[in-house]
Amino acid sequence: MIHALIDPFVEFAFMRRALVGCFALSLGAPPVGVFLVLRRLSLMGDAMSHAILPGAAIGFLVAGLSVPAMSLGGFIAGIAVVLLAGLVTRSTILREDASLAAFYLVSLALGVLIVSMKGSSIDLLHVLFGTVLALDDTALILIAAIATLTMATLAMIYRPLVLECFDPSFLASVSPLSSPTHFLFLVLVVMNLVGGFQALGTLMVVGIMLLPAITARFWAQDISNMIIVAVGAAFAASFIGLLLSYYANLPTGPAIILTSGAGYLISMLIGTQGGLLWQLMPRKHLEA
Amino acid sequence: MHRRLLLIAAAALTATLGASAGAQAADPMKVSASFSILGDMVKEVGGDRVQVFTFVGPNGDAHVYEPTPADAKELSESKILFINGLGLEGWMTRLEKSSGFKGTVVTASKGVSPREMAEDEKTVTDPHAWQSLANGKIYVANIRDALIAADPDAKATYEANAKQFLDRIAAMETTVKEAIAKLPPERRKIITTHDAFGYFGAAYGMEFIAPEGVSTESEASARDVAKIIRQIKAEKVPAVFLENVTDSRLLDQIAKETGAKIGGTLFSDALSPPDGPAGTYLDMFRNNIETMSEALSS
Repeated sequence: MIHALIDPFVEFAFMRRALVGCFALSLGAPPVGVFLVLRRLSLMGDAMSHAILPGAAIGFLVAGLSVPAMSLGGFIAGIAVVLLAGLVTRSTILREDASLAAFYLVSLALGVLIVSMKGSSIDLLHVLFGTVLALDDTALILIAAIATLTMATLAMIYRPLVLECFDPSFLASVSPLSSPTHFLFLVLVVMNLVGGFQALGTLMVVGIMLLPAITARFWAQDISNMIIVAVGAAFAASFIGLLLSYYANLPTGPAIILTSGAGYLISMLIGTQGGLLWQLMPRKHLEA
Repeated sequence: MHRRLLLIAAAALTATLGASAGAQAADPMKVSASFSILGDMVKEVGGDRVQVFTFVGPNGDAHVYEPTPADAKELSESKILFINGLGLEGWMTRLEKSSGFKGTVVTASKGVSPREMAEDEKTVTDPHAWQSLANGKIYVANIRDALIAADPDAKATYEANAKQFLDRIAAMETTVKEAIAKLPPERRKIITTHDAFGYFGAAYGMEFIAPEGVSTESEASARDVAKIIRQIKAEKVPAVFLENVTDSRLLDQIAKETGAKIGGTLFSDALSPPDGPAGTYLDMFRNNIETMSEALSS
């Protein structure tokens, strides 16, 4: 049994690389996801993952399938969308979600246009889906660096960020840190999406960011515990997903995300914080 | 893209001018071909008498392609549409319907004995029939017959062009067979990104192994990659080859892990641009066999 769990990683370097890459991703992305969930911005992750496409596409056109070029392009495009959306929100009557939606849709269309201008030389889907089995050194270092930077930044802005989750107007009234915190946080979102897109592709990386975070909501009540559970859930999903892909012959990216999705369904049923089963069970009466 | 539009416009203009000058016979017949390799064959057989429009151009992937309105327009003006068939161009049926194409569809691979291969417990037909020169001859014969049927006046031209082309294909076949005969039998094994060389392997005695299936659309699973790595190590496969139409990241990793060397780029589903190493059907074979010989003989 133990052998079945470990052997693929002992025998094959590409499995070890995939695991290390996924673990590094699991350290950075799920904590960011927790804050997205708490701030009711869950769907923003999805929007941002599309927004980085034109940048990645331009990087691809300029330098081919080069990890640094595509990441840098994606990062710039993501930040541009965040900044523009923030600017529009501040200076017009539009709410942030609406202006974000407008910019990401434009950005996505631009990305598809840029990719098809080159002709479909290398299938766009390969860029969109990533290849977790083909992580080279550059990609691994990039993902690890992003995870490190994410954790350091989160530690730095943890207090204002938590405050903003629950009472943004209070934070704004007592501290000048409100908008820098918000912006830094959005930078983290973009950075993690860019990092994950090497491994899992733009469409799947949102899964590893949000599914563990949503799962964690069923198990923990305070934020620090939620983050720990989310990282643990992402680790488990990466490990089990890779093994599933190995033994059941499934494409790797979807296998990892579906494992994470299964974790969510199970937690929804048996999670200690508002899981369905607990709600059905008769509660103990408080006795005096 | 711009240049192509300009070219088309220029061609259209000359055609109109030519027609108004009354030079009806000099007007080339418009035909379409689904991808670059087929397009090159049609050009060889048709010569000056036909004007060939190719949907998926050099280095393009014919398995997945999103046609543009310009494609539909070209197709609607064509008298013949040449397709490979055998399930290669899944996108063509829709394009054919939406463009209002009224001409004849010619399946160039008609008469080829298709290779079936197992992929994920299903049997699929391998569409890459052009990778055997013997099949290439069948393609050329089909193209010739279709052109003659559509334009009987130029029967002699088409027959002469086809004969001359068939001779060159036969000569290339000899070259390929000689080159492979020189390789030691235990080294006639090659890893490529997707299963595009089944016909080549069967015709000339070379073994090809690929992590992706016959279509570039599928994503590899960890088990597929593990299987290939084991196979490379066990059978001491000397080299892996990249293809011009697919993502090379996975193969790079496989090469690194097994110590097999990267032998170069093979052209499988598309030609290179005209100034590249594989601008025509025959140059593609020349380039592929030279690349393979170089990597496998040393």
